[in-house]
Amino acid sequence: MNVAITKKLGAAEFQLTMECTIQEGTFTCLVGPSGSGKTTFLKIVAGLLEADAGVIHFDGHCWFDKSTKTLVPAQKRNIGYVFQEYAVFPNMTVEGNMDYAFGKLKNKTLKDTLVSIMELQDLLKEVPGHLSGGQKQRVALAMALCRQPKLLLLDEPLGALDHAMRSKMQQYISEVHKKYKLTTIMVTHDIAETYILADKVIQLDKGSVVKEGTADQVYGTASISGKFSFNGVVVDKTPSGILHIITVLINNEACKVVVTHHEANFIEIGDKVRVASKAFNPVIQKIN
Amino acid sequence: MMDWSPILLSLELAFFTAIILFVVAVPLAYWLAYSNSKWKVLVESLISLPIVLPPTVIGFYLLLLFSPESGVGAWLEHTLGIQLVFSFPGLIVASTIYSLPFMVQPLQAGFSSLPSLYRTASYVLGKSRFTTLIRVLLPNIQPAIFTGLVLSFAHTIGEFGVVLMIGGNIPSVTRVASIAIYDEVESLNYNSAHQYSIVLFALCFGILVVLNVLNKGSFFKFFKK
Repeated sequence: MNVAITKKLGAAEFQLTMECTIQEGTFTCLVGPSGSGKTTFLKIVAGLLEADAGVIHFDGHCWFDKSTKTLVPAQKRNIGYVFQEYAVFPNMTVEGNMDYAFGKLKNKTLKDTLVSIMELQDLLKEVPGHLSGGQKQRVALAMALCRQPKLLLLDEPLGALDHAMRSKMQQYISEVHKKYKLTTIMVTHDIAETYILADKVIQLDKGSVVKEGTADQVYGTASISGKFSFNGVVVDKTPSGILHIITVLINNEACKVVVTHHEANFIEIGDKVRVASKAFNPVIQKIN
Repeated sequence: MMDWSPILLSLELAFFTAIILFVVAVPLAYWLAYSNSKWKVLVESLISLPIVLPPTVIGFYLLLLFSPESGVGAWLEHTLGIQLVFSFPGLIVASTIYSLPFMVQPLQAGFSSLPSLYRTASYVLGKSRFTTLIRVLLPNIQPAIFTGLVLSFAHTIGEFGVVLMIGGNIPSVTRVASIAIYDEVESLNYNSAHQYSIVLFALCFGILVVLNVLNKGSFFKFFKK
């Protein structure tokens, strides 16, 4: 997939400039601060927004070329799109939603497979109003795959889910990505997610690509040997005698790390950090 | 013995008007809710005119427009064989125009209240705008559709000026209940006037009670902007 586009971003005074080649069949994560143009990029690729200039090619098809005034509408691009808000229609049951997504392309085998992967068997007759956020998002993901798209666009689909549901959804996404050999582009704020899912990470800031590579390369942690290392967020910083105690939240678990006052100067509450250790071998115990 | 034909004629007129209005108002309301056109404000004002304009003004201009003397009226009569002045079809056309805001405004408010996500999510599933409208948007604004149907039905029953101007007072053709009342009062038949009035009063009150119960007291919310 080749994309080279520019688009003026409405509220901000900068423009989105994206030039990238995404290998078909790979998983790409788009990261960056809010308002940096990630969602705009997905919408342009999907055909929900029109770029000001440039070209978009996917799988041998030209979807957009400003110079020849080519613009394939969203309906004709056959894309799977999962939104951050749960895009399930409240006037239909779960099964009705899936049937609507299939339209005339009824495919019983695919329907059964998607129902089983997303574990929707018991929810088919429910209306969306009775479902939890995670359940709705599973339905939305199943719907996005009904038309057998080659390109799956995920706009922070797990942003509103709790940690347990998030991990489970990551597995579902990873499973369908591999099973259906999809090209997947996902917007996320979760660094851990990029490590789990992405072949490639593209970091945007103010509409421009600032870093590109594997998660390790992008987050600049490749130099630490990763015997025992986790990403987390600093939630507390307390001076204690000649040292500072930093509390880091890693996957819903708080852990305390001791640093010098000098090191503490560079760490603020809210910072994303990597906690790594290479000098000792951690103890491992089975817990269930 | 009371002559029920004016009441039945009123009900018939209100029924057909509400159905036709729905078909006409859906595309209009859809456009008003989602378009960014600079003409929107003009069209919106034009559609709302019947709320404030004296019905006689609309009736007068429709009378001129539909009269066989005018280009439109002559064309309708000679080409399509339709006479809209002093006829029941003419009443339906006039009522449709006169009650337009009572259907368009609830529908427009209904469309605007839906998350834009419904449309985009349907488009990326490959659905056309029409399919999206029929399968997703309209089913999710059912209370607004119901409100529009009931309001335009009730409003048509209550109209007088437009009907009088364009329809006259032909028994069983254009003599609807509201006109029959006026006619009976003019002829000092207060008893008949009472009978028609009390039926209309009960009918309109009943309709509004049903509407309010079903919409949980939100009857006027569509007119507060």
